[in-house]
Amino acid sequence: MEMPVPNADVIARKAQIVAALARVLPEGGVISDVAETRAYECDALTAYRCAPLAVVLPGSTEEVSAVLKICHDMGVPVVPRGSGTSLAGGALPTADCVILGVARMNEVIETDYENRYIRVQTGRTNLSVTGAVEQEDFFYAPDPSSQLACAIAGNIAMNSGGAHCLKYGVTTNNLLGVTLVLMDGTVTEIGGAHLDSGGLDLLGLICGSEGQLGVVTEATLRILRKPEGARPVLMGFESNEVAGACVSDIIKAGVLPVAIEFMDRPCIEACEAFAHAGYPMCEALLIVEVEGSPAEIDEQLALILDIARRHDPVELREAKDADEAGRIWLGRKSAFGAMGQINDYMCLDGTIPVTALPFVLKRIGELGKQYGLGVANVFHAGDGNMHPLILFDANKPGDLELCEAMGADILRLCVEVGGCLTGEHGVGIEKRDLMTDQFAPDDLEAQMGVKDVFDPKWLLNPSKVFPLAVSESRRYVALAAE
Amino acid sequence: MRPETEAELAEMIAAARGPLHVQGGGTRSVGRPVTGDVVQTGGMSGISLYEPGALTLVVKAGTPLAEIEAALEAEGQRLPFEPMDHRGLLGTDGTPTIGGVVASNASGPRRIQVGACRDFMLGVRFVDGQGTVIKNGGRVMKNVTGYDLVKLLCGSWGTLGVLSEVSLKVLPKPGSAATLTLHGLDVAQAVAAMSRALGSPYEITGAAHDAQAGETLLRIEGFEQSVAYRAGQIQALFADHDVSLDTDPDAVAQVWCGIRDVAPLKDGKGDVWRLSVKPSDAPLVAARLEAEALLFDWGGGLIWAQVPEGTDLRARMGSVAGHATLVRGSAASRAALPVFHPEPAPLAQISEGLRKRFDPRGILNPGLMA
Repeated sequence: MEMPVPNADVIARKAQIVAALARVLPEGGVISDVAETRAYECDALTAYRCAPLAVVLPGSTEEVSAVLKICHDMGVPVVPRGSGTSLAGGALPTADCVILGVARMNEVIETDYENRYIRVQTGRTNLSVTGAVEQEDFFYAPDPSSQLACAIAGNIAMNSGGAHCLKYGVTTNNLLGVTLVLMDGTVTEIGGAHLDSGGLDLLGLICGSEGQLGVVTEATLRILRKPEGARPVLMGFESNEVAGACVSDIIKAGVLPVAIEFMDRPCIEACEAFAHAGYPMCEALLIVEVEGSPAEIDEQLALILDIARRHDPVELREAKDADEAGRIWLGRKSAFGAMGQINDYMCLDGTIPVTALPFVLKRIGELGKQYGLGVANVFHAGDGNMHPLILFDANKPGDLELCEAMGADILRLCVEVGGCLTGEHGVGIEKRDLMTDQFAPDDLEAQMGVKDVFDPKWLLNPSKVFPLAVSESRRYVALAAE
Repeated sequence: MRPETEAELAEMIAAARGPLHVQGGGTRSVGRPVTGDVVQTGGMSGISLYEPGALTLVVKAGTPLAEIEAALEAEGQRLPFEPMDHRGLLGTDGTPTIGGVVASNASGPRRIQVGACRDFMLGVRFVDGQGTVIKNGGRVMKNVTGYDLVKLLCGSWGTLGVLSEVSLKVLPKPGSAATLTLHGLDVAQAVAAMSRALGSPYEITGAAHDAQAGETLLRIEGFEQSVAYRAGQIQALFADHDVSLDTDPDAVAQVWCGIRDVAPLKDGKGDVWRLSVKPSDAPLVAARLEAEALLFDWGGGLIWAQVPEGTDLRARMGSVAGHATLVRGSAASRAALPVFHPEPAPLAQISEGLRKRFDPRGILNPGLMA
């Protein structure tokens, strides 16, 4: 991936910029030492690294505002950062940028069970939001795989999903309000403890805007009462096609499981070798989970198992207790770790219509053969969000490029069948140059027009989301205006 | 003007020399009165794609809502957000279209549990104020590719663009439903009871309070045995209340249609406002409004208030956070009072900036949301 040439003028003014930032932040709030800024040189897309000009770690909305105002006035690009778990390079720095990390802002501001919301500072991790309310049997629904580490700020920026969004939706469906700081330092509130907008849905626009429209410092999140119970069932099938048809039939039958997870043979084998979950060796495996009281779960599972039996499963395993449920999930939850043991891998995130599943899996297999690279598939089948893991060897020259080329082909395939480039990870730099495969120039122009309104100088996370050539004139004009 | 295709719509908008009044079925006459040539979207009609196994529906914006509901019904599915029919309340006639539902983000009682129209929107195609065709989102359930203009368009009342096609997530329609009615509660007691029910694990899909009738209604939906079980649990939760249970499908459907369409207020005179507040603020707000009639939905978070013509109800809200929309107002009321809730200055500036971007000539329903 190409990154823009850093602005030499900004780099030359580093001392002035750092001094101005230090004036508005407490001791230790600015990191400018070259060795120390290196800790922020990448996010979870580790193939790309670049140390930033400086890092700021504000502790309040007021400090974020002061930092942004300085950067705005001095023409310095700002890259916001939650916990740095983006797989898309959303928090990748440029050499002329200030990284604005929200990690120090991790407090719970208000918990309201009566109205079912929690207000947090956005540096708080996803899992610790649930942690703050689970003693009252409540939880925060979006559950990305990185939930132990990832921050709410990043969840909002990328509109993160998770395994349970078939029933509970993604971040945007669970976000009620934000405190937003604009690039010029203006602080504003959008939404709150009430529902929906009295005017244009700016909250919906902010969520998923990849830190390009403003910095979200506080968020009001919907919390839900935990269901009485949940129970998974594991099903093994002779082919991907049959498993895909089973998914479609379950959905059509009127049951709405909280999760339908899909794993193919390479993934099953890797997980089994790693976690010893006792998975059957077959072509495709589904984990379907339903919720409710014991009797309600029985009723739903009976229906689901009936449907599964019509597809000649090689295995049907119903969890009888928490221990068995844990074993069913064990392999799936360790899938990424298991793949990492065998190889370097690149995790894709395209979404396809559920009905296209068998065709797309077949084509991915063919592409793997064509490129000579292994692929394992593990994904949220209920909503069509694929996660092909392409295996490569980072130490082998040319392998990363080969892997990226194959990844691009898979994502183009997702678009071709009516899907999209990214279901929950975001565009970042990773999918940036493929945006023209999904969108016409007018579509991209409309999106960039939105950024023009929020950030006319294009200083916030400017080299992400839009292909560099497409956004060049805007970024260039912004720089030339300095 | 009544374009038959998206391309025709684009040509008409590009060629327009003055303001355009965009209409679906013309049943949702909300907002500041708009003058201009009428653009009717009803010519762009029909279901483009419906995949029940993928829970997705792609449909032309001018398609009658009834046609969509019938197609979904045939597969045992539905639009989960229960869009309100404004005809009863506003005294309009015509055929509600899906484009109108989306442009107004019309959402009913189930919003409290499953989400609003905006939460079920997967994609849009629209024509902006310059006649440019733009698409955003798609037809898949998880999609974070680029900015979410889908939500921006949903609820923008035709002021940013004219919708030509929308894609939606649909859901299975449960086989059973029940209404539990709590009798004789005042507003504060009703809101507390609804909050208790909504905070339970029993998945309440409607929580409303009719202040005139003194009835607090809770809805449960799902498989038959599950509905019976949860109804029993809720009854146990309110063992010290006067509670009745109705499981007759037609009766349950009818009572919630009534809540959805604000039936208790539709025959009254005067202006009708729609307020969105934090549910626990509802009793305080209700006391301040001095309304002639009140209906509470969304556990108290949505308040429908009927007041004498020209009443500035927003002033009576005081400092309570939320927003108020004048949904039914006389021409005089609508000319004198902002119909949509005024935004704080930075947001007003952003909204204005977005309108200028999408409609630089200011010709799409100009002033409607002012």
